Formats: sequence, structure tokens, C-alpha cells
Amino acid sequence: MPENKAAMSRVVLPEPDRAIIARRDSIVAELRRLLGGEAVIADEVGRRTYETDALTAYRRLPLAVVLPGTTEEVAGVLRYCQQGGIKVVARGAGTSLSGGALPAEDAVVIGVSRMNRVLAIDYVNRVARVEVGITNLAISEAVKSAGFFYAPDPSSQLACTLAGNIGMNSGGAHCLKYGVTTNNVLGLKMVLIDGTIIELGGSHLDAPGYDLMGLAIGSEGQFGIVTEATVRILRAAEGARPMLLGFDSSEAAGQCVSAIIGSGIIPVAIEFMDRPAIRVCEAFAKAGYPDVEALLIVEVEGSNAEMTALLDTIGELAKPFQPRQIRVSQSAEQSAAIWKGRKAAFGAIGRISDYYCMDGTIPLGKLGEVLVEIARIGDKHGLRVANIFHAGDGNLHPLILYDANDAQQADKAEQAGAEMLELCVAVGGCLTGEHGVGIEKRDLMRVQFDASDLAQQMRIKTVFDPDWLLNPAKVFPLEGRTEAVKSTSLAAA
Amino acid sequence: MLSDVRPVDEREVSRILTEAWERKVPLELKGAGSKHNIGRPMTTSFSLSTRALRGITLYEPNEMVMAARAGTPLAQLETSLAERGQMLAFEPSNLASVAGGEANAATIGAVFATNLSGARRIMVGAARDHLLGVRAVNGRGELFKAGGRVMKNVTGVDLCRGLSGSWGTLAALSEVTFKVLPIPEHTETLVLLGLPDEIAIEVLCTAMGTPYEISAAVHLQAPLVARLEHEGLRGQKGAVTALRLENFKRSVVYRKAKLKALLKAYGEIHDLDHDNSLALWQELRALSPLQGSEAPLWRISTTPSTGPKVVAAIARYMELSAFYDWAGGLIWLELPPTTDAGAADIRRVIATHGGHATLIRAAAEVRAAVDVFQPLEPGVEALSRRLKTAFDPAGILNPGRMYADL
Repeated sequence: MPENKAAMSRVVLPEPDRAIIARRDSIVAELRRLLGGEAVIADEVGRRTYETDALTAYRRLPLAVVLPGTTEEVAGVLRYCQQGGIKVVARGAGTSLSGGALPAEDAVVIGVSRMNRVLAIDYVNRVARVEVGITNLAISEAVKSAGFFYAPDPSSQLACTLAGNIGMNSGGAHCLKYGVTTNNVLGLKMVLIDGTIIELGGSHLDAPGYDLMGLAIGSEGQFGIVTEATVRILRAAEGARPMLLGFDSSEAAGQCVSAIIGSGIIPVAIEFMDRPAIRVCEAFAKAGYPDVEALLIVEVEGSNAEMTALLDTIGELAKPFQPRQIRVSQSAEQSAAIWKGRKAAFGAIGRISDYYCMDGTIPLGKLGEVLVEIARIGDKHGLRVANIFHAGDGNLHPLILYDANDAQQADKAEQAGAEMLELCVAVGGCLTGEHGVGIEKRDLMRVQFDASDLAQQMRIKTVFDPDWLLNPAKVFPLEGRTEAVKSTSLAAA
Repeated sequence: MLSDVRPVDEREVSRILTEAWERKVPLELKGAGSKHNIGRPMTTSFSLSTRALRGITLYEPNEMVMAARAGTPLAQLETSLAERGQMLAFEPSNLASVAGGEANAATIGAVFATNLSGARRIMVGAARDHLLGVRAVNGRGELFKAGGRVMKNVTGVDLCRGLSGSWGTLAALSEVTFKVLPIPEHTETLVLLGLPDEIAIEVLCTAMGTPYEISAAVHLQAPLVARLEHEGLRGQKGAVTALRLENFKRSVVYRKAKLKALLKAYGEIHDLDHDNSLALWQELRALSPLQGSEAPLWRISTTPSTGPKVVAAIARYMELSAFYDWAGGLIWLELPPTTDAGAADIRRVIATHGGHATLIRAAAEVRAAVDVFQPLEPGVEALSRRLKTAFDPAGILNPGRMYADL
């Protein structure tokens, strides 16, 4: 599971509200009254556990942590916090790479981890109702015996919660075929900051009125706290089989991906690794990867005969790009071997160096030039970069290697990362494909959006959270917020 | 006749809407206007059509992405896609044709503004799942953009989804960027005849629970089968239940055999070959069995296995004909004309069974008198009102089209 660690400092966090901190004892007492003592963590050691997420470079000790067990308890806490002007940070498993779950000294953390039950499974209608503290993988595990699965599969799926997936609209390696979180959620129970409990959608395929659920998914805990969800479950394919293709250049690999998609084949996954990534993964996992400039893992699904035919076709399509190696899996063991290096990538790179994992998206056709430019940015800062790319959907993860104990290097890594994301935007892509904005990319939002784009987004934030108490200091640049709030409230008055 | 302005670029859209906002002048926002008769009747001072905002601005077949100005005719754009073997996978249905609108006039902006999704929605998602980016002008005349041109994008609030299905009440779309998919090499259809609704939906749901990637699952009651033009099915006396398979030919052939074995207990299973299949699904996409009538038409969305129960409950009060799509989860219901188009009974049944209903076709006076869109729960309604205000504080864009005073 990836983790972004370093002593980084580029992101400015606002000064906490001393008046709130001064009220800490009475706030804790009231939270205990609402939830019972067990569900409130107020001691410093207990709160330390929640001081950061997977962007461990940033840490803040929360005012208090509560672990409610029901939607009504969440509503009670939110109502109290709104009345007291107390900020709230929602938290799933704390695996955010963008600082999405970073607490604040003047904010109460509401963790949903205790709310992790499967409430109902309906195979006839292919939906499951769950509490959102459930881990992503546990949903698939719950329906596996009937041959079903829940499609979005972020790499942290063993640990991350559906709550966080909904907050960030998480993707995964297989979203080329199956979509991301927003495409796989049909209903939500959400608590608004004033304690109102609303139901959005249901177990049908569309919802009446405005798509409030579509707005809430990916809102990074800024619109409300989701407690339950109805998700689509899908019948798994009869089988899945990968092939590995090695190329002499990233351009050739990129063109091969274009040729596959242009032929009408939509593989379930197309993963790309560049030479630095291949070498590190091979040294660690001994997956038998060729020492080439670029490697593709292409996976297809279906019956044995269907998969054989599809992989043969893909092999033919690859020929004009002169692959140095084509290896089609012939068995479950060979499939595992092909995936072994890729799946171990974050761990392998983490073993040789600290790294900073970026998450831009680019148009596939720009892959060659973007990789050249990323290498140049790395060189400029004296940093090595390995690239992992969900090629089918353009989601690029440059991993910037650096020494977290060297403050100067950490600073350079952060600077290089920002330049790489600006590059993604410049070629027609975006700042984040699946990790979310959080605090990490908050100040880069102006690179992708101009003032009127951001104003419209902030007005919608105000619709859901008029006092901006939910997940403060995230997503939107700190300057310019007041204006957006004012323009909305004035108009509503 | 109200004046119809047709701005030629988004700056002009912005200028017109700025002026309307300053003067608080209500207007009808539309593409070609072919769905004008859907929704609550509006009182506006003029209409703004995006028809003159035309043209495909980006098409990268190998990245499966296209962008077009909002007024580009859907038909033109689908022709361009087909030339490269691609399509809008969500298969927008021809809603205008059942509501007295001009057939084949729909613009791509309106397709997304109404979240118009057809039979393939069960496999590939709705229109909103394919919308990657927008350029739009809000009710203050401010131009803004959201999303982008890449498949995976979680940067900021997902305004693309927020605007999908908002029926022009939040903003005027000026340009849309969307995902496209390859046209499948081969299509075949399995047909079962004469099944009662309950059993038919059981067949559809069973098929949906297999790994064979059913791309459409429908059931038409007998009176609607009689209105089909399809040569093979027109003469059938009873109901028609149909499952579509689309893929490379070898996969379709293999999966068809598997499905036939699985479903054989439900009766004889007939095949429609590639060409006959295309003809049937083309006709259903056009909603042709529902055309040519002025009888009230409802669109009901519910949990698939609940579909037949909803229809049976409503059938206790009135004669009806039902066309089930989405494996039973979407029901097109044609009813005899009454003063409220059946609204009271339908709303009561929906309240018991779950789901929501939209009155698609009825006389203007009926649409003015009853809730056309599903009434919202108080918490959701309050949020919806604030959302409207966040885009259109003066309430000048398609006022009252979805809900009174909204």
C-alpha cells in the first residue's frame, strides 16, 4: 500500500481557532454525553493515532476523535458541532495519499470504522446495502461465494473503507472496464452538517431530481458524512488472464495501447511501467520482467477460449510496434507471476527509497512527451522518478524517489511533484485521477480552474455546508473562499 | 410567438444570460426544442436555443473521447463516430418522438442535460457516466468549466454529474466532452414469447446475474408488441422478452449457447440474427411502440424485481400497457387519458414500492396541475432549492420546468 511520507512543508495550514481549543473539555464532555465514553477518544496517545493519513508528511493532533456506531449518533455529533461552530473531519481508514483525512487541532474527527456491517445483499437485483466503514475488499468478500464482486479496486483495498472511496471517488486498476466509485454506487444515506439525515438514490439505476449523489461522491468529506450506501455488485467474469509486452520505447508502448483500444477491444486493465519501475520491481519481486524501456500488462476476461482469442489478437496488434517480448499467461501461476511485480511496485520502491506518489491524468497520446518532460523535471531537481501508468484511462503515477530525512530533498520532491501535475494539466489532463485534492493539491487548483470555475464549485460546497465546517482547509485554495460563500448566501437571502 | 435567440458562441450565451440575470427575465433554455413538451409548462419571456453552437471540437478515437458544442445534432455526431466504428454507448433513447417533438432533432447538449440513457445503461452506465467535461454558463451569465477530457478525474466538485439531468434549470451547456466506445462487432438477441410479467423479469434478472454481459434486457406487454414494426416480431400475439448480446462474434455465439441452456426451463428461446437484432434495438431506442399516441405516458424507475409488482398494483386502478427496460428497473407505462393522467394512483403505488415516476406525455393543462417529476423528500428538496440558487439565483433558467418555484 502506498504511503507518502516526508517532512514536507509546502502546504500552509490555517492557524487553529484558539477559542475552540479552549473549550476542549466541555466539547469532549458533550460528545461523551451524546455517544457514551467508549466512543470518544480524548487522551493524547489515543488522538495521536489519528494525527495523519497516508500523506504522513503532515500531522495535526485532532481536538477529539469520535467513533459513532449509528447514523443517528453521527447526526447528533454534527448537529452539536454546527451549533457550536466546531469543525469536523470525516475519516474512513486514513489511507488518503492527498491529506484528505488530515485532522486539525480545532476539529473533531468523526471516524466511521465501527459502522462496517453488510446490511443486505440482493443478488437478484445485483445490489448490496452496507455501512460505509466496511473495507472495500470486504464488500467483494461478502459476495464472493455467489460469484459476485464490487468493481472499484483501489490499491489500498484491503484497508481503505467505502466511506473514503465515496469521499474521493476512488478508482483502481480495473476501472477501464468497470468504472470508478461514482459509477458503482446507487444510493447513499448521508448526514448533513445540521444533523438532517437524507437518502439519495436507492436500489434503482437513477434518482429523481438533481443528481445530489453525484455531487456528494468525490466531495472529499466536504458536503456531509455518508453512513450507508447501496452499491452495485457484478457477476464476475468466468476468468481473467494477463499478457506481458515489453517495448524499446514508451512511445511504442503507448501506440500499442492506442492500437488495442482502436481495434474495439476494451481490456479489463492495461498497466504500464517504465524502465526504472521495472528494474526496481524485478529486483524485489523476481517476476521475470524483461529489462526493457517500457512494459505493458494487458488483462482480458472471459472463458478460456475467449481469452485465448483476445490475447492472440492483442499479440498481433502489438507486432507493428516491435515488442521485445510477448508473454501470454498459460496458467494461474503464470498470471500471478505477471502481476507480481506490478502489484509489489509500491512496496518494492519503498524498500530502496522514500518516494512521493503523484497522481495526474493525461491524454494517452501525450504519454511519450510527458515521460520525457517528467524525467527532465526529475533531473532538474536531482531526483529519480519511476512511472506507473493506468494506460487505458490515462492515470499516471510518477513516483519521485528521495530521502525523507533530508529536508532539502523533501522540499525538492514536493516542488517536482507540483511541476509534474502542472505538466499534466498543460497537456490537457488533470491534477488528480483518483487520489483526490486534499491538502496536497489544494493550491494547484488554480492551475486547472480559473476564478469562475472555482466560484461555482465553492457555491455548491456552501449549499451543503453553509459555514464551511466540514473538512476545512482542503480542496479549495484558502484565498477567495469568503467571496464565494457571500455570493451564495446573499443570493439565497 | 416568443422570440428565439440563437447565440453563435459561448460569449454570446454569456452576454444574453448576463442581461437576463440583471433584468430578472425568465427564459426557456433548449437545444433544438424537441423535448419542449416534457416537464411542467413554463412562463418565459424568450427562448435561448443552442442550435447555432455547432461542431465537433475534438475527436480522438484511440482515446475514446469526443467533444462537441452543445447544439451539435446527435445524429451528425453519431455518424462521425460510426465512421470510426464507435458510438455513444449509453444509447440515448428518442424521447422527443413520444412527446410530440421533432424526431432526430436532438442536440448533444440536451442529451446530457436530460441524462438520456437507453437500454445499454444496464451494462455501460447512464449518459452522466460518460460525461467527462463541460463548458457552461450559469444563471448569472458566468462562463465556467468543469471536468476535462480524460477518463479519470477527481479534481474538484463533480459538476458534470450535477448538471446531467438538470433539464436546463441550472446552466446552459455550451460544450460537452464525453467518453465513446467501440461499436460491437456482432449482436444477437434471445427472445422468449408470451411470458407473464413476473416470470419475464425473473428471466431478465437471472440473465443479468450471469457473466455473459447482457447489454439490454427488455419485456414488452402484448399491446405494445402489436405496435412494433419489426418484421419478425410484429405478428406475435403475446408479450416479448428480449436479451441482447454484443461482442466479438465468437463470444456472442458462445454466450448465447450458455444462456439458452440456463434459461431453457422458461420455454422456447428464439434467436434474432445480427441484422434482425439491430433492427429491433433501433426501434426500441426510438421508443417506437410508444409513439403515435396521445395517451399519458409515464417513466417509472424502481428496483428491477419490484417492477412487475408496481405495474400490477397500478393495473388494479386502470388499463395500462407496460414496456420494461433495464431488466425491469425502468418501466414505460401508457395509460388511458384521465384528468390527472393517473398521477394520484401512481404516486401512491410508488410510495409503497419504492422508486420514482416522471410524467413524460400529457396535455399541458395536466402537466401544469400535477407533479411531473417525482416529489422530493423535504431534506432533499431543501438542498435542491439551494443548489438551484447556487447556479441561478434569480430563477431565470427554465423556471418551474422540473418543480414549481424551482
